[in-house]
Amino acid sequence: MNALSRLEPRFRILLGLAILMAALPLVIDNAFYLRIAALVYIFALATLGLNLLMGFAGLVSLGHAGFVGIGAYTMAVGPTHLGWSSWTALVAGPALAGALAWLVGRPILKLRGHYFAVATLGLGLLISMVLNNETAWTGGPDGMTVPRLSAFGWTLRGATPWYWTSAGVLLIGAWVATNLIGSPTGRALRAIHDSDTGAGVLGVNVAQYKLAVFVLSAVFAAIAGAMLALFHGHITPESAGFMRSVEFATMAVLGGLGSILGSVVGTAILVILPQALVVFHEYEHVLLGLLMMVFMIFLRAGIVPSIMTRLGRSEL
Amino acid sequence: MTSAIQFTFSGLTMGAIYALVAIGFVLIYNASSVVNFAQGEFVMLGGMLAVTFVGLGLPLPLACLASIALTTLVGLLLYLLAIRPAGDASVVSLIIITIGASIFIRGVAGVLLGKGIHQMPDFLTWQGLNIAGASLGSQSLLVLIGTSAIVLALWFFLARTLLGKAIVATASDRLGAQLAGISTSLVIALCFVVSAAIGAIGGLLITPIGLTSYDFGAALAVKGFTAAVLGGLGNPLGAIVGGLTLGLLEAWSAGYISSLYKDAIAFIVLLAVLVLMPNGLMGRSSVERV
Repeated sequence: MNALSRLEPRFRILLGLAILMAALPLVIDNAFYLRIAALVYIFALATLGLNLLMGFAGLVSLGHAGFVGIGAYTMAVGPTHLGWSSWTALVAGPALAGALAWLVGRPILKLRGHYFAVATLGLGLLISMVLNNETAWTGGPDGMTVPRLSAFGWTLRGATPWYWTSAGVLLIGAWVATNLIGSPTGRALRAIHDSDTGAGVLGVNVAQYKLAVFVLSAVFAAIAGAMLALFHGHITPESAGFMRSVEFATMAVLGGLGSILGSVVGTAILVILPQALVVFHEYEHVLLGLLMMVFMIFLRAGIVPSIMTRLGRSEL
Repeated sequence: MTSAIQFTFSGLTMGAIYALVAIGFVLIYNASSVVNFAQGEFVMLGGMLAVTFVGLGLPLPLACLASIALTTLVGLLLYLLAIRPAGDASVVSLIIITIGASIFIRGVAGVLLGKGIHQMPDFLTWQGLNIAGASLGSQSLLVLIGTSAIVLALWFFLARTLLGKAIVATASDRLGAQLAGISTSLVIALCFVVSAAIGAIGGLLITPIGLTSYDFGAALAVKGFTAAVLGGLGNPLGAIVGGLTLGLLEAWSAGYISSLYKDAIAFIVLLAVLVLMPNGLMGRSSVERV
């Protein structure tokens, strides 16, 4: 028995992810590609949170970019208008998103299926409308500048520092998610996914678990938003828009619902693909739509679970 | 008072279009459990194709017919090439497929029909009605009459014809319908065709009032889906009530509260309705789909 086989399968994925992250800069020694990789890791964190909600609680959110927007705009509005330090804003944004999710989640989590999806869609649109219209605070559609994050005279900027920061944060996020899935909470969530009523009968507090995972997914999204704002140094309401919410849901489904690795793979495809398709210029959207359809038709369980099934492994 | 009536007129006009999109959602959803986010693209195609055909020199009625026919074909192809091959994919996967389809259709429309904003003159030269100082333009009247006609025709089709009854049977129990000898895949294809045609007609009717462009479908899909859910997803009557409610809410809030936040107010009401009535305005609580 070597050490690797003693490691629980779910932690092997984390290890694999860490090795991949460490190895990638050896292969792509180019600032532009490193920045795209960092972007993938940042978005993957939001997708991961959403995937916990969709894959384990079975709830589809079409407003998750709203929480990303809260995290991002707190990084900008806090220091600019309220005199906060960036570090305060970094904590305040996710806290605010979590509090909002908790407040709104209590009534809307009673809704099922498409009704919940529409409620989150409405919530996301409300947030993006506020960001678009409150020009005095948010700069309106033009967006606003985000002060850089610095500590002890060192400022976080440049492709390589961002690559390692985003990789580290995503790994922590994936570790939290892995532990959650393996814990009794994770089993309770899976039971809820299979059957609300069944889980309730077995003594699972369905409402409380759903609320917990909704809040957690909002916090993940807001952290990703804060990082996105710091990474770009500028933020626009588009990052909180409906199309972005749809993209997050697509990333989760494409990669594989309930799969941690799938969240990263799905995000990578949807972040890299448009960059690659820019070459095709006018046909960019045609190809993007086409590929989305083809992927979902032929790998309908999501990319990672479909491949795993083919390789004869069920657990991931 | 005059302005109240005016807001109501514009709310009803827009609401009628939302209702048409919502009916399209409900028809397809009931027969196949697919939430078709490409529904808004049918409306866009209806308007954009008509504008293009008129630009090519076709007379308006012919351009309209050609546009409806082509959009219907797109609806059929959507089912045959994207939805049917996906088979028993999960509800969320199917949603992603329709979102992919809508991005695809938008992309193709952008390439083939151009990315500019287009306009179309009113169908009639008549100015329309003037009621208590508020004007109801001829095109708005056409929208309202057209929507009513479509709703009546659809009701007649579903309730009085054999084919329509096959749709109702498939919606209520797919396996049962199959056992009764109904080809459910034909029925679902038919629902896509009818939904596409309804969407195209909505697009034709609204284009002279608003403007149209290749990317105008996504917003309509969101509004139409919201209207369908507001009314209680799965209920055609609810779709109409939901659509009109949404249109009126928007127009009144734009008029009385803030035009910047007209959508916001509509969505706050939506959230309130859903919290108080989790199955929509006209949904049946005993039925749980999804």
